[in-house]
Amino acid sequence: MAGFKGAVSVDTERCKGCGVCVVNCPMQVLGLAKEVNGKGYNYAYMAEPDKCIGCASCGIVCPDGVISVYKVKL
Amino acid sequence: MGELKLMKGNEALAESAIRYGCDAYFGYPITPQSEVIEYLSEQNPYERTGMVVLQAESELAAINMVYAAGAAGKRVMTSSSSPGVCLKQEGIAYIAGAEVPCVYADVVRGGPGLGTIQPSQADYFQAVKGGGNGDYKNIVLAPASVQEMADFVALGFDLAFKYRMAVCILSDGAIGQMMEKVVLPEQKPRMTEEEIKAKYPWALTGRKRGTQHRVITSLDLDSNKMEEHNRHLQAKYKMVEENEVRYEEINCEDADYVFVAYGSSARIAQKSVQLGREQGLKLGLLRPITLFPYPTKAIENLINHGVKGFLSVELSCGQMIEDVRLACNGRVKAEHFGRVGGIIHTPEEVLEAMKKQIIGE
Amino acid sequence: MTVEDIIKPENLVYEKSKLLTSKPFHYCPGCGHGTIHRIIAEVIEELGIDEKTIGVSPVGCSVMAYDYFDVDFIEAAHGRATACATGIKRVWPDKVVFSYQGDGDLAAIGTCETIHTCNRGENITMIFVNNGIYGMTGGQMAPTTLEGMKTATTPYGRKATLPAGAGFDGIPNNGYPLHITELIARLPGTKYVTRQAVYDPAHVRKAKAAIKKAFENQINGKSGVNFVEIVSNCNSNWKMDPVKANQWLVENMLPEYPLGDIKVDGKLVEK
Repeated sequence: MAGFKGAVSVDTERCKGCGVCVVNCPMQVLGLAKEVNGKGYNYAYMAEPDKCIGCASCGIVCPDGVISVYKVKL
Repeated sequence: MGELKLMKGNEALAESAIRYGCDAYFGYPITPQSEVIEYLSEQNPYERTGMVVLQAESELAAINMVYAAGAAGKRVMTSSSSPGVCLKQEGIAYIAGAEVPCVYADVVRGGPGLGTIQPSQADYFQAVKGGGNGDYKNIVLAPASVQEMADFVALGFDLAFKYRMAVCILSDGAIGQMMEKVVLPEQKPRMTEEEIKAKYPWALTGRKRGTQHRVITSLDLDSNKMEEHNRHLQAKYKMVEENEVRYEEINCEDADYVFVAYGSSARIAQKSVQLGREQGLKLGLLRPITLFPYPTKAIENLINHGVKGFLSVELSCGQMIEDVRLACNGRVKAEHFGRVGGIIHTPEEVLEAMKKQIIGE
Repeated sequence: MTVEDIIKPENLVYEKSKLLTSKPFHYCPGCGHGTIHRIIAEVIEELGIDEKTIGVSPVGCSVMAYDYFDVDFIEAAHGRATACATGIKRVWPDKVVFSYQGDGDLAAIGTCETIHTCNRGENITMIFVNNGIYGMTGGQMAPTTLEGMKTATTPYGRKATLPAGAGFDGIPNNGYPLHITELIARLPGTKYVTRQAVYDPAHVRKAKAAIKKAFENQINGKSGVNFVEIVSNCNSNWKMDPVKANQWLVENMLPEYPLGDIKVDGKLVEK
C-alpha cells in the first residue's frame, strides 16, 4: 500500500512537556519522556516512531513551536 | 517672509502645525483649547498637506495615538486643557519611558478637578515636575504671546526629535483665547518615507529583512537594564539642561528686585516693572521661556550682579516659586504672589506685592 | 527506513515560522498564546508582508509578544492597543498594522478604545485572545469569565447577581460574561468578525485561515476592522493540566462563546 512515513524532531530543551501534542497525534506516536530536560520538563518524544505518518498535527498544535515534522512517500 | 495675521493663540498653534509639516493631530475637545481641533478640522489639512486630524474618543486614546504615531517616526501632536492633560499623563509617561518624540499643548485652566474654564498656571508642577509615574522630564515651553504659540510648534518638534522626548507647550486660557497679530511661518513639506527612514532609524516603519526588528517599549523586567535605561534618560535630561535653557530678561541690567513670571503672568509683570520704575524702583523681569530646563543659572547670575530679591508671579498658589527658591538657595529673599480661581492679577497688585513682600516699606 | 533517514532537510514538512525569533516563549506549558503567535507569524511570512508589518502588544501575559515576532512592534499601555494601532495606521496607511490583546485589555480597561476603533472602521487587524481570566496578574475575574467560574476575585464563582439570603437576592454583583465580539460585529465599522480556537489541529488550521483573511482584508481594503477572537486556555489560572484545560475549554467556554464567523465582508452571518 502506498503511503507516507514520517518522523518528528523535538527541540527537547525548549519543550515544556505540556502533552498537547501527545493527545492530538492521530497515530499515538508521541509520549512524554521519563527523563527531563534542563528545566525539569518531561519532554515529548516519539514513543512509537514506526507509526508516524508525518501528518504534522503535533507541530501544528505545539504551543512552543518545538516540533519539526519530516515526511517521505513510500 | 511669513504672513501677518490676526489670530487666536489656539488658532495660531494649529495653523503653525500645518505649516510646519506636522503629520497628524489627535485630540479631544475641552475648553479653553477646542479651537485647536476646530481650526484644524475647518482647514482640511489632509487636502492641504496630507496631515491627519482625528477627533479621538478620549484624551487617553488621543495621547496613545500620538505615542504610537510618534514611535512610527511621524511628527504628531495633541492638545488639551488641565483635566484632559491629567488623562494624558499615562501616555506621557510611556512616551518618556519609550523615548518617543511628540508635542503636546496644555492650555491650562483652573483646578483642582473640573475647576474653572478661566486661565490658570496651577499645572506647573504637573508639566514640569512630572504627572505620570517614574523619573522623567518633558521639555516645557511657556509661550507669552500668540506669536510664541505659533513659533513654539517648530521649536517644539525640533527639540522633540533632537532628544526623542515629549515637548509640552504650557500655555493658559488667556494666551490660547486672546487675539494678537502673528507672523506665520512659510509652509514646509511633510517628511517623506525615505527621509524618515534615513533620519530616524529607530522609527517603526517595518523592518528590512536581515536587520534587527525594532521595538518601542517602556518595559524591561531586567532590573539592571532598567536602571541603565533610567541613567540614560537622566543623562539626556542633563544634556537638555546644559543646552536648551531659554529665557528673556527685561530691565534686569540695573535691577535691585526682579519679578520671575512666565506666560500671561509675564505680560502683567512687565507692566508692573514699568509702573515701579515710574516710582523710582529699579525693577526687572526674568521670563523663563523653558520651564524645564529651568533658567536656574540666570537667577544665580542676577544675584551675583546685585539683585536683592525675587517675586515669583504666577496664576497659582505658588508652584514655580519652588524653582526660584532652589536657584536662590537662601542667598536672597524669594516670595510668591498670585491670584487663582480664574482671576488674573493686575499690574498694580503685582507691584504692591513686590513692595510689601520683597522690598519692605 | 530509520528515523535518521527521514529527518533530512529535503523531507521537512513542518517547522516553526522563521518570523519567530529564537527567544523561547515565556508562556506557561500548553498556553494558547504560543500557538496563536505561531500562526500569526506563519500568516505574515506566507503573505510576505514582514517588511511592512507593525504589531502592537498589550498589557497582560502577551505584553512581551514583541520579543517573539521578528517584525517592528510597539508595546501599548493597558487597554490602549487599538488607539496605538489607529495612530500608526493613520500615519502609515500602506503598512500592515495588527493589535494583539487579551480579554482584560480589550474588553475591560480598553472597551472604549475597542468600540471606537471598530466604530471608526480603522483598516487594521485585531487579534483578541479570550481565556476568561486575567493571566498575568494571577487569575482574577475577566469580563469574559463564565458565570460560576472560580477566579482569585470570585473565589466562590462569578455571580451576576448576589444569591438569595440575608435580603441580598438579585442585587447586582459581578455582572455577566461580556460578548464583546458580538457587540462590535454590529458596528458598521467592522468588516470581518470571527471566533476561533486553537485547542486541536483542525481548529488551529481554521484559526490560521481566519487570521490570514483578517490580514488579507486589511491589505486589499481601505477601511473596516478585521477582528479575530480566539477562545483560548489558561491552564495555570484555571488550575488544570494543559490537556484537561483544553477539554474544559471545549465543554465550558465554547457553549458560551460559540465558534464561527459572525460577520463576513461587512454582513452579519445568519445563524
